[in-house]
Amino acid sequence: MKIIVCIKQVPDVTEVRIDPQTNTLIREGVPSIMNPYDYHAIEAALQIKEFLGGKVTAITMGPPQAEEILKEAISMGVDEAVLLTDKRFAGADTWATAYTLSKAAEKLGFDLIICGKQAIDGDTAQVGPEMAEFLDIPHVCYVRKIEKITKEDMIVERLMDDCYEKVWLKLPALITVVKELNTPRPPSIRGRMIAKKAEIPKWGLEEIGAEEDKVGLKGSPTMVKNIFAPPPRGERRILEGTPEEQVTTLLRELRRLGCI
Amino acid sequence: MYIKINIEKCNGCGSCVNACPFGAILIEDNKARINEACNLCGACIESCPEEAIIDERVKEKKISEEYKGVWIFAEQRDGKIASVAYELLGIGRRLADTLNVELSAVVFGKTDEVEELIKWGADKVYYVSASEYSYLDDKLYSKTLVQLIKTYKPEILLAGATAIGRSFIPRVAASLRAGLTADCTGLEIEKETRNLLQIRPAFGGNIMATVVSPNSRPQIATVRPRVMKRGEYDPKRKGEIINIEPLRPSDKVRILERVEDISFCKVSLQDAKVIVSGGRGVGGPEGFKMLWELANLLGGTVGASRAAVDEGWIPYAYQVGQTGKTVCPKLYIACGISGAVQHLVGMQSSDIIVAINKDPNAPIFNVATYGIVGDLREIIPLLIKKIREGVIE
Ligand SMILES: Cc1cc2nc3c(=O)[nH]c(=O)nc-3n(C[C@H](O)[C@H](O)[C@H](O)COP(=O)(O)OP(=O)(O)OC[C@H]3O[C@@H](n4cnc5c(N)ncnc54)[C@H](O)[C@@H]3O)c2cc1C
Ligand SMILES: Nc1ncnc2c1ncn2[C@@H]1O[C@H](COP(=O)(O)O)[C@@H](O)[C@H]1O
Repeated sequence: MKIIVCIKQVPDVTEVRIDPQTNTLIREGVPSIMNPYDYHAIEAALQIKEFLGGKVTAITMGPPQAEEILKEAISMGVDEAVLLTDKRFAGADTWATAYTLSKAAEKLGFDLIICGKQAIDGDTAQVGPEMAEFLDIPHVCYVRKIEKITKEDMIVERLMDDCYEKVWLKLPALITVVKELNTPRPPSIRGRMIAKKAEIPKWGLEEIGAEEDKVGLKGSPTMVKNIFAPPPRGERRILEGTPEEQVTTLLRELRRLGCI
Repeated sequence: MYIKINIEKCNGCGSCVNACPFGAILIEDNKARINEACNLCGACIESCPEEAIIDERVKEKKISEEYKGVWIFAEQRDGKIASVAYELLGIGRRLADTLNVELSAVVFGKTDEVEELIKWGADKVYYVSASEYSYLDDKLYSKTLVQLIKTYKPEILLAGATAIGRSFIPRVAASLRAGLTADCTGLEIEKETRNLLQIRPAFGGNIMATVVSPNSRPQIATVRPRVMKRGEYDPKRKGEIINIEPLRPSDKVRILERVEDISFCKVSLQDAKVIVSGGRGVGGPEGFKMLWELANLLGGTVGASRAAVDEGWIPYAYQVGQTGKTVCPKLYIACGISGAVQHLVGMQSSDIIVAINKDPNAPIFNVATYGIVGDLREIIPLLIKKIREGVIE
């Protein structure tokens, strides 16, 4: 069983703030982390491998420092990792990212690809299903349970808006996973040692045989035109008095507005 | 690189350094320099008072004029058209009128509401009623939609940012090599270019971005439920229904079973008129019982911040916010919620917001119509008591 896990390095967005005075992003000390959903993708892959045997490969497309998360993946127990890095990959939107990742996946060969549900920097949740289209394989999003898996097929539960669905799909396939699926294991000491020594291959455009006009900014159909701070709502009315009085005023106001 | 500094014009003022979200611009020898960390987002371009930043990202225009019309994907679940479809018709109608083109809806799966789509603003409905389309089959849905788009060539396609839309629309975009922007909160037309300006939160809601897909058609966007307003309902409106032959499903995926999860059905957070929402300040599952009591008295339901969900005090289905649900009730009571942007984006279009928090500086008060600075363990029981007693005058 050959499993590829796609992981991404993202800024810890909980730490990103807009400076209200200058209207710019405060980014000092914003750490880079592995996308939280991707830990669950790794855990799922490791569990399947423990069950069926095989090999787990983690891949990421990003700048050279994205190697950090690949080492982290190795320390969790991933067998090998590949860093897709090339100046020409820069500025990729989800289309170009998915294209690049799927070229790498084709080269590696696979039975199953696992992605996180979404990356927290963009929250797009598009890369997984887009890869599935490029690779012409079936996919299932928001997998919260893997009920059965063999070398030929699997049955999963996917989380929908108002229910969940049991879906059968034939391998090779791609799934994206939600946090309910599992609890990611911490890195082991042995894993850390292996990760430290691991040489991580770097593949560029030529190594994956990608077309230059389909990667990076050039290959991206979408483009950011500008960014701005979210508009404030600008209301603020604090009720005065003792708790009794506050509550009484509140209920009177809500009654007046026909809310209750 | 596609963004350059014109060294002649640059006076080293540093405006661009502050504007760059990626810390990719440095001032060296009194001149700005862009380094590898550049993500080509373009945030710096407008920041430069000297117009010294050269934007070479804009590629030669090669879009085809053939693409005309606005489409919305109207998803159905169990034969009922999802509410978001009608909201998409509202915004879709506005965009179509601005562009002076037709508005069409696409429906996969059997439903009795096809005529309704016309009454809510559609000029045409492309309808595939075959039973294979009853539930989401990603490959079948995307193959069919791609084929329709190739035949009829719309310039814009909107879909709900729902489990269904977010799962299969990316395949459509990948196949057509079209730009896709997820989770838009605003959509406008740039008159000169006919480009769709797609406004969405980024970086966990801390900033907003305007995204364009200048060189590919159709321009595809998903929109969250409850963000757009419905348009006008006209029971006499006439339109055309075009029945489309179904394609054959692949033999690689099959939906075996649908399980209604009771925790989902009962909530219906998105339809509630009143939501009493709790955050970390609620302190535990016990505290949520109190919120349920208040919610029941007000004829509403309970919601939660992600912190409360992560603590395991209440299931994920109740989460409000960027990674939860977007709600817009008449009354939203936020109890022990600090008001992080990721929470605010999910509830700030509520009609009336009440915040109860013991920290007077909590950002939730900035969006609150009424704020009570105090301990919720005191305030909520008081509220419950007063409502019970009917002492409202
Ligand atoms: C990518 C991303 C997506 C996210 N998506 C969401 C999302 O969808 N929804 C969401 O909610 N969050 C989301 N978050 C998390 C968000 O950033 C905040 O961490 C979260 O909303 C905080 O929840 P909270 O306000 O309940 O907790 P806290 O921030 O810890 O606030 C608790 C508040 O309770 C008050 N308090 C404590 N005790 C009492 C008391 N006895 N009486 C009254 N007040 C009291 C405190 O003063 C404080 O203001 C997301 C974050 C990221 C990075
Ligand atoms: N640059 C990348 N490298 C590797 N995997 C990625 C990359 N971008 C996205 N992914 C994968 O796609 C998932 C969804 O990302 P997104 O579509 O950006 O929200 C992530 O959880 C990752 O599994």
